[in-house]
Amino acid sequence: MKRGNGFFIAGLALTCLLAALILLGFFWTPYDPNAMAAGPKFSAPSPAHWMGTDNFGRDIFSRVLQGAGTTAVIALATLAIGAVCGCLTGALTGYFGGPVDELLMRLNDGLTAFPSILLALVMISILEPGKKRSVILALGLVFIPGFARVTRTAFASLRDVNYIKSARLMGASGPRILAVHMLPNTLPVLLPALTIGFNNAVLAEASMSFLGIGVTPPDASLGYMLSEAQGMLFAAPWYAGGTGLVIVLMVFSVGLLGEGLRRDRGVL
Amino acid sequence: MLDIQDLHVRFLGREREAVAGVSLSIGEGEIVGLVGESGSGKTVTAMSVAGLLPRKQCDYSGKILLDGTDLLHADRESLRKIQGRDIGVVFQEPQTSLDPLMKIGPQVEEVLRIHTRLDRAERRRLAVEAMAAVELPEVEAVYKKYPHQLSGGMLQRAMIAAAVIAKPKLLLLDEPTTALDVTIQAQIIELLKKLNRESGVSMLFISHDLNVVRKLCGRVAVMQRGLLVEEGEAQEVFRHPRHPYTQRLIAAIPTRTRKGGEA
Repeated sequence: MKRGNGFFIAGLALTCLLAALILLGFFWTPYDPNAMAAGPKFSAPSPAHWMGTDNFGRDIFSRVLQGAGTTAVIALATLAIGAVCGCLTGALTGYFGGPVDELLMRLNDGLTAFPSILLALVMISILEPGKKRSVILALGLVFIPGFARVTRTAFASLRDVNYIKSARLMGASGPRILAVHMLPNTLPVLLPALTIGFNNAVLAEASMSFLGIGVTPPDASLGYMLSEAQGMLFAAPWYAGGTGLVIVLMVFSVGLLGEGLRRDRGVL
Repeated sequence: MLDIQDLHVRFLGREREAVAGVSLSIGEGEIVGLVGESGSGKTVTAMSVAGLLPRKQCDYSGKILLDGTDLLHADRESLRKIQGRDIGVVFQEPQTSLDPLMKIGPQVEEVLRIHTRLDRAERRRLAVEAMAAVELPEVEAVYKKYPHQLSGGMLQRAMIAAAVIAKPKLLLLDEPTTALDVTIQAQIIELLKKLNRESGVSMLFISHDLNVVRKLCGRVAVMQRGLLVEEGEAQEVFRHPRHPYTQRLIAAIPTRTRKGGEA
């Protein structure tokens, strides 16, 4: 597989850089993210405080580092639930077809009719609002149908391809055909779907927390910080700016990665 | 060895039967050609033998006996044990018959991996042997190549190697030469003859190309609209076709002095 395209390389570089920063944020931040008066209140970005400070004098860069970590963890966990459950159902229904396939896909259509944010809102309020794990669970559940649909289409289109038929004719079992012959051939479709899924998860978490039903203090997530920043948009524009920039960068870099993977498909 | 008895297949929602009572037997080491135009039921017949019939989407009756085991009504599990080990299949388009993301060698070994407990080295040795037997050049190098790196003729040889590696009793060939150019066609035909001579594997060769059938097959069966309209020794059928449809098919073969077309 040739990977010599700019999108992929740029995306990979940016993603790795961000991932390194986020990992660093778990162990070390320039200041304690929650320490009040780490510097003067509302100070503009300076060498001492790269993204300035907020109304309590907390160092925004430190908070952003930690918040990005929270957001990334939630997004990844969401993605894991959504992708694993979605891909599994999609693969099985796509390969075997039949009435179960029909039923699940109609159910899927029904779910798709609702805006996913609304579904997540309902789900969170049924679970425990304000807890990290309920955000993950709610968003994960909301993400399942999308993955199921993409995977189903990919697997169903392979079902009658000659090399799958010949694998069946060699006596290969269902699981073997799914895992060894079909899965690798659906990756060009599934990998970009995963990157898009990650981006949607980042944005969904940010929206949830911004609306106040996602992560709550003392946990900081980018969405929650953005809603905090809203109140001091004029006093400390660097708060919203810095936080927003990191969200944009996360989505942008992974998006580039996905675009690179997608463009690669023609080579296969 | 293979005995098809009164096979009927009708796809749900269709009036006409795709196969309307076909009986055909293939003896040990015999190569039987099954000819007919598209839609005559030859491929459906082969699908039934291979166990590829979409059972839920059709009505079927009759028997397909492979050494006494009925394939038509066998359950999935027992069918899986026969597929690959006792029956090998080669399709029309070699380019799409191999998994594009798997190297040639492992694909040739696939049957062994499914049906035997041989270890890696042993499988590899047998695969290399099978690939050499189908006259692939530079076997060790080809073993590590991906399908897109090989030509159509080489891919078809690899497919044949994969189909015969477990020494099946029957080889189903569904127009294996149609997608190849004429010189490669001739080579593949020679190869199939050689395999048949050396290992005694029986073959059911499906084709609409009578010239190819004439070169390869000892016996010919002609199908039209789901029925077997003529069957007999290849030379006999070609020299003295009895059924009008066979006569027309043979008249349609282009020769040096006559262009193809309805006689």
